[in-house]
This record gives sequence, structure tokens and C-alpha cells, in this order.
Amino acid sequence: MVRFANPAQFQRLSDMLLPWFAWATVILVPVGLYYALVNSPADYQQGETVRIMYLHVPAAWMALFTYTMMAVASAVSLIWKHPLADVAARAAAPLGAAFTALALITGMLWGEPMWGTWWVWDARLTSVLILFFLYLGYIALWDAIDNPATASRAAAILALVGFVNVPIIKFSVDWWNTLHQPASVLKMGGPAIHPDMLVPLFLMFALFKCYFVTVLLWRMKAELNRAKIRGLEAAVQAAAERREQAA
Amino acid sequence: MSVFWSVVRRDLEIAWAQGGGAGFTVIFFVITVTLFPFGVGPEPGVLARIAPGILWVAALLASMISLDRLFAADLEDGSFDHLLLLPEPLAVIVAAKCLAHWITTSLPLILVAPLLALMVNLEAEAFPVLILSLLIGTPAVTAIGAVGAALTAGIRRAGTLIALIVLPLAIPILIFGVAAVEAARMALDPAPHLMLLAGTGCFALVLGIAAAGAALKLAME
Repeated sequence: MVRFANPAQFQRLSDMLLPWFAWATVILVPVGLYYALVNSPADYQQGETVRIMYLHVPAAWMALFTYTMMAVASAVSLIWKHPLADVAARAAAPLGAAFTALALITGMLWGEPMWGTWWVWDARLTSVLILFFLYLGYIALWDAIDNPATASRAAAILALVGFVNVPIIKFSVDWWNTLHQPASVLKMGGPAIHPDMLVPLFLMFALFKCYFVTVLLWRMKAELNRAKIRGLEAAVQAAAERREQAA
Repeated sequence: MSVFWSVVRRDLEIAWAQGGGAGFTVIFFVITVTLFPFGVGPEPGVLARIAPGILWVAALLASMISLDRLFAADLEDGSFDHLLLLPEPLAVIVAAKCLAHWITTSLPLILVAPLLALMVNLEAEAFPVLILSLLIGTPAVTAIGAVGAALTAGIRRAGTLIALIVLPLAIPILIFGVAAVEAARMALDPAPHLMLLAGTGCFALVLGIAAAGAALKLAME
């Protein structure tokens, strides 16, 4: 891991990996969507609306995965002062927020035909909504602090505090919900998912994952380049000041 | 321990000399609660039904108001550098400042809560549980708030950002606090909810004060 702390090493590695993930994403979009929307059976209970699952489930999964990744990166950044870790955490945050929003929106679109309502204050829905707020707070904190070094530390602490709190929020919301109304149990089309549905779901998982890695690497490279430009600008300015003093 | 109490006394004296801070929190609390009868209608049954929620949400929002001054004032005038030089761990100072902040903002709020509970028609049996739940829950809210205040200590006008950071994390406290009062309203046993509230609260206190200390230390480096 220490080897990749060197930004130049990282640039080389990401340049090597990026084309593979980018092309995998490009190929998986039509393939995954074809399997999800056309080449999979409609559910015997839910009909065609079951196809929302192929977007909804990977999005929700990625929403949790991204936050976990951010928390791990934040811990690495705080403990080992790994310079790329907070670049990674910052780059991942808007992606995680977007996945969470996508999970919520597709969930609402799915809930309307299935449950007859766009939104219920069900434990699952509520805790994902809170996760969305945690992402927004994290992004807002990064943007509010001008000094990048201070901002990265503050954001890392917030990500860790949020990560410890996520299970607590989850459980409290679970208990809160059971006091007021029975949970709306979402049923899959049978005891286990049929392979015909598992294949498109797996393809969509792979698509989301490849998309995530591609955009994450892009954003990290952009952030590193931005830091490089900032450094160059500062050097140019310092040189100009020295010349002025000499003159 | 003497450092702890002298920081508490100092903050209380400053709050007393400046005045206003605690007053604003209480006024905000009273006005927020007063808005609800206008919003949902003055029907006593309806108000009684949502009274625990109104009181707890209003108390939570009121606690956000003065959080941005928790550490900012000391950082600006440089007195925090002196506190840092003490041999005591930073968490002790954070805990002392939180206690002083709780006494000046949350305690007055708890004192006026029964009056407001009367106005929103909360059942008399639920009054002791309301007070108890606020007494157990608000220190935890202060501790979670301290994390937000410490993270945003160097930022101008950090109030909204603090609320965005702190409120999602305070939801468990709100849930258990309201559940306890709700149980008392229904003549059920509020003890399990109060215990959950106390457990979550202890966790928030420990984690919040430690995290706020770490955030301040990193901000000062």
C-alpha cells in the first residue's frame, strides 16, 4: 500500500487500469441493459416493474459500498497520513451521493406501483435517506474549508464518526419503525432469485462497479493534477515576487 | 479534575457576562413550538398526539443555534492555544466546555419545556418522562454537536453546515427520546426507551467528545 502513496506510481497504475475499466463500462451498458430490460422474465407478481430492481439493487449496494470505502480511506489517511487516501475519499463522495439518490429515486418509482405509495417511512427507506444526508454533510464540509490539509482531516473525522453511527441509525430506525407500523416486506419472486434474473442483476452489479472505478480514477487524477497546478501557480507567484524584490 | 471545573466556571462566567446566548435558545424553542398550533390547527387532541415530537424536534433544533460559538470564540481570541498547553488531554477540556454549554443552553430549555408541554396539551402523566428524557438526551446532543462545532471551528458562519452535519447523527437520540414520552402518554412503561436513550447517549458522549478533541487537535496543527 505504501508503494502507491507515491502519486507518480499511482498515475502509472491508474493509466494502466483506466482503459480496461472504461471499456468494460462502455461494453456493459448495452449488455447489462439488454439483459435487464429485454432478455429476462417478468415477475409473476410484479410484472414488468421488477426490472427496476436491476437499477435499484446495484445502486443501493454501491451506496453502502462507497461509504464503507470512504470510511476506510479516511482511517488510512488519518493513521498513516497516506496522501492518496483522502484524495480517494473526496473523489468517491459525490459518486456515493449519486448512487444513494439513484437508489432512493428508483425505490420511489418502484414503490408507487408495488406498495401504492411513493414513500413510506419504512426503516430501510429512512436509513438510506439519512445516509444521503451524511454524504451531503461530508461534501459540504470539504467545500467549506479553504485549506486542503485542514479540510481533508476534518472530512476524514466526519466520515469515521458517520460510519460508526450508521449501524446505530439503522437499528434505531428499525426499532422506531416497528413501534408505529409493520414493515412493508418486499418479496422477491419466490424463495430464491431465479438464474434468469440473477444473470442480469450480476451484469448490472458489474456495470456499476466498473463505472465507479472508472470515474473514481478519473476524479482522483483530476484532483492530483489540480494540486500540481496549484503548486506550479504558487511557485510562479513566488518567483515573480522574488524578481520584484530584486529589482 | 481542577482544570475541568475551572474551564467550566470560566465558560459559565463568560456566558453570564455576555448574556443573551441562553435567552436566544429559549426564545427560539418557544417560538418553534408556538408555530405548531398555527401549522396543524389548535385542536387539543391533535396537539396532544404530536406533542412529544413537537417538543423534542424543537429542542433539537434550538440546540443547534449557539453551537457555532462553542469553540470558535476561544480559537479567535487565542485562549484556546493556552488551553492546549495544559497537560490535561484535550478531551477533558472539550468535556468541560460541553458541560458549560449544556448548562447555559440546554438546561434553560428543559426548564421551560413543562410550560410548553402544557400549552400543547401533553398528558400530565407524561411530564416527568419528558423532563427525564430531555435530561438524558440533551447532553448527548451537545456531545454530537461538539463534533460538528470542532470540525467547522475555522469557518465563518458555520451554523447551517453544523446543522447539516449534526442533525442526521442525532436522529437516534430523537427517536428514543420521543418513544419514551410517547410510551408515557399511552400509560405504557417508558423505562426500556429511557434505557435505550441512555445507552445511545453514553455512546454519543464518549465518541463525540473524543472525536471533537481529535478534530480540534488536527485543526490546530
